[in-house]
Amino acid sequence: MSATSSTIVNLPDQKTATLPKRSYLNNEDGLLSWLLTGDHKRIAILYLISITFFFFIGGAFAGLIRLELLTPQPDLVASDTYNKFFSMHGIIMVFLFLVPSVPATLGNFLMPIMIGAKDLAFPKVNLLSWYLYWVGGLFTLAALVLGGVDTGWTFTTPLSTHYLNTHVVTAAVGIFIIGFSSIFTGLNFIVTIHRMRAPGMTWFRLPLFVWSNYAASILMVLGTPVLAITLVLVALERTIGIGVFDPTKGGDPLLFQHLFWFYSHPAVYIMILPGMGVISEVISTFSRKRVFGYTAVAFSSVAIALFGFFVWAHHMFIMGVSNYSALVFSLLTMLVAVPSAIKIFNWAFTLQKGSITFETPMLYAFGFMGLFTIGGMTGVFLGALGMDIHLTETYFIVAHFHFVMVGGMLMAFLSGVHFWWPKMTGRMYPESLSKLAAVTTFIGFNLTFLPQFILGYLGMPRRYHAYPPEFQVLNVLSTAGATVLGVGYMLPLLYLGWSLKYGAIAGNNPWQATGLEWQIQSPPLTENFIEVPIVDHEAYDYEWLAHKTEQEVTTVG
Amino acid sequence: MIVATHPHTHETAQPEGHAHVALPQHRHHFETQEQQREAGTFGMWLFLLTEIMFFGGLFFSYLLYRNWYYDAFVVASNQLSVPLGGTNTAVLITSGFFMALAVWAAEVKKKGLLVLTLILTMLFGCIFIGIKYDEYHEKWEKHHIPGDHFDVSEFVNPHAYGLKEEPLPPDQAQHTQIFFSLYFAMTGLHALHMLIGLGILVWLTVRAQRGDFTAGYVAPIENFALYWHFVDIVWLFLFPLLYLINRHPV
Repeated sequence: MSATSSTIVNLPDQKTATLPKRSYLNNEDGLLSWLLTGDHKRIAILYLISITFFFFIGGAFAGLIRLELLTPQPDLVASDTYNKFFSMHGIIMVFLFLVPSVPATLGNFLMPIMIGAKDLAFPKVNLLSWYLYWVGGLFTLAALVLGGVDTGWTFTTPLSTHYLNTHVVTAAVGIFIIGFSSIFTGLNFIVTIHRMRAPGMTWFRLPLFVWSNYAASILMVLGTPVLAITLVLVALERTIGIGVFDPTKGGDPLLFQHLFWFYSHPAVYIMILPGMGVISEVISTFSRKRVFGYTAVAFSSVAIALFGFFVWAHHMFIMGVSNYSALVFSLLTMLVAVPSAIKIFNWAFTLQKGSITFETPMLYAFGFMGLFTIGGMTGVFLGALGMDIHLTETYFIVAHFHFVMVGGMLMAFLSGVHFWWPKMTGRMYPESLSKLAAVTTFIGFNLTFLPQFILGYLGMPRRYHAYPPEFQVLNVLSTAGATVLGVGYMLPLLYLGWSLKYGAIAGNNPWQATGLEWQIQSPPLTENFIEVPIVDHEAYDYEWLAHKTEQEVTTVG
Repeated sequence: MIVATHPHTHETAQPEGHAHVALPQHRHHFETQEQQREAGTFGMWLFLLTEIMFFGGLFFSYLLYRNWYYDAFVVASNQLSVPLGGTNTAVLITSGFFMALAVWAAEVKKKGLLVLTLILTMLFGCIFIGIKYDEYHEKWEKHHIPGDHFDVSEFVNPHAYGLKEEPLPPDQAQHTQIFFSLYFAMTGLHALHMLIGLGILVWLTVRAQRGDFTAGYVAPIENFALYWHFVDIVWLFLFPLLYLINRHPV
């Protein structure tokens, strides 16, 4: 490694460098070749464009919510319109952005390459997933256009089944279909990781990004069907009046809660685990060290996935579950903090005495570590029964899950997009602008959600469009933060778009990383590898790489 | 670099290394036909796992409410016809038997037998659906379909209907509706799986007639058989749960 500067970026000579003549991007031409493709990399790009589209729709609703909350009076919209705003914000962000984001884009693009495969096991199923995503997305948008849904993203019964006359069924059908998209992605990943690894790519040589996607896929495959059947029952109850959740017919709304959270709590880990995988890759690369405690980090992903299935009832502490079950679920909830902390500590140990450089992906990764830690620790507050009863349904909850899912997962997503952008497109992005975006996002995020912890602690409930005047200062801060955050999200859209045409040629391995994906051309060929690679040592072997480079230099010299 | 390449990749990927005939169905991204077949089977098992979870929500609800409304569930389950349900169980097992034969026929490359067994599988599947339709129709006539037209008078005053059941108090009788909700949801979901299976069977039969599965490529037949047996097994749980347990002589 040359230690001449604080950067490890190693670009080819820009005067002579060109993009490869043939790559997955130009192998076939025309819109149809994209819409009918079986190539996992093209499908990843289709997903990337699609989820970006939905992210900005969901973001627009967030903006409207924050705008309404700028003043204590209900002056922008009426309460039912406000309900539709936060419902659509939640539905779009959770099901159409957060759940598919990392697995369907980065995972789709990279996972097969990382394990040395030519494609996912079932390319047609992969394409089908994307189409199902869009069909479900269009149903959800239709529910929006026809008049919206005002149940919140949780579709809580009997609110969703009896007391509202909005388009719950349309949205439920949409999410049912998106659920299948997610199931198929998870299924495809699991089969691919089990059956398509290149010779020598043993389980404990897998990059941690693959491990974390594997764990998330298990959750998708086991959890999503339960959500699907729950939504079927809601739709049946609404349309033909079967009484499974209806107390007047002997049904129990609490049953809905159990079934819904059996998926929707693990869904949080579907969102966060792949993001944690990204962070492992980025931290290792930019501190030039192997990830400390590789096996612990790998197994902690699986542990989070397993624990994730046994904590759902902590969403129901105030809804009438018995004291004993509340105690058990409280304890189990705290246990999830253990594998999460293992990851954080191992990343910290990886950084220790590493040759750290601060490229954009690394900045986002640091943002992730900070924000996820805050989100995780406030989660422990909420897992404690007494605290939960004080804080539940307040802005404390809102701040907590935004820290985990937006602060954590979205930072990880942006980190990953910046990290692998040169691989996906063959081009770099403007460094100073991207660093500015990372810092802006971090500041904007904290300014938006830190005040909400205080608001929640003071007792401001969520889901209201008006509030007592003494909460206004903090709400104004939060709305100002949301504006900064919005700028932070718009910037990458602009400069990444710009870089597609004008960015510097990246070369195959701009970060000098060890993963298999960096050993092939950027952008890759359709078949990824000309010949099947044979892997002869573990991921993240930077010491070995440095040693080897030195040897080569001496022998050549 | 950490990547070495090897000219004899096929042999390294598959240690047994026997030469594979590249069948037309071989997809480019699999190293060997064997790997492709394994991946397909593994994928099918995983899909069936998701199906278990899908039905699982309903089984969970059933167990919960059966526990709560025991009397109502006993009375309501007595409304189901054991002879019809029993016949259907036999029909379904027969259909599963022919499907198993179909897999064997494909493996020994007997095209005629394959087509025949697929058609017999379909036939028995259709008989199942026909009997199911008859049962549903009877519930419709008795106003036992959950919803606004649900009628509990038969359970409140069974003697007027010529039944020997003990009368249920009206509030308990209302809970029979949950039994029927779950009955229709569970058997309906099962029947939907049957209908989808029948659709796929038509397509498989057409392809079998073309000779697609009798040249050594049997994965679709095998994987469909897994699906079809899964649907059978779900019924083997539904039948005792809905029709048989707590049945008492009347």
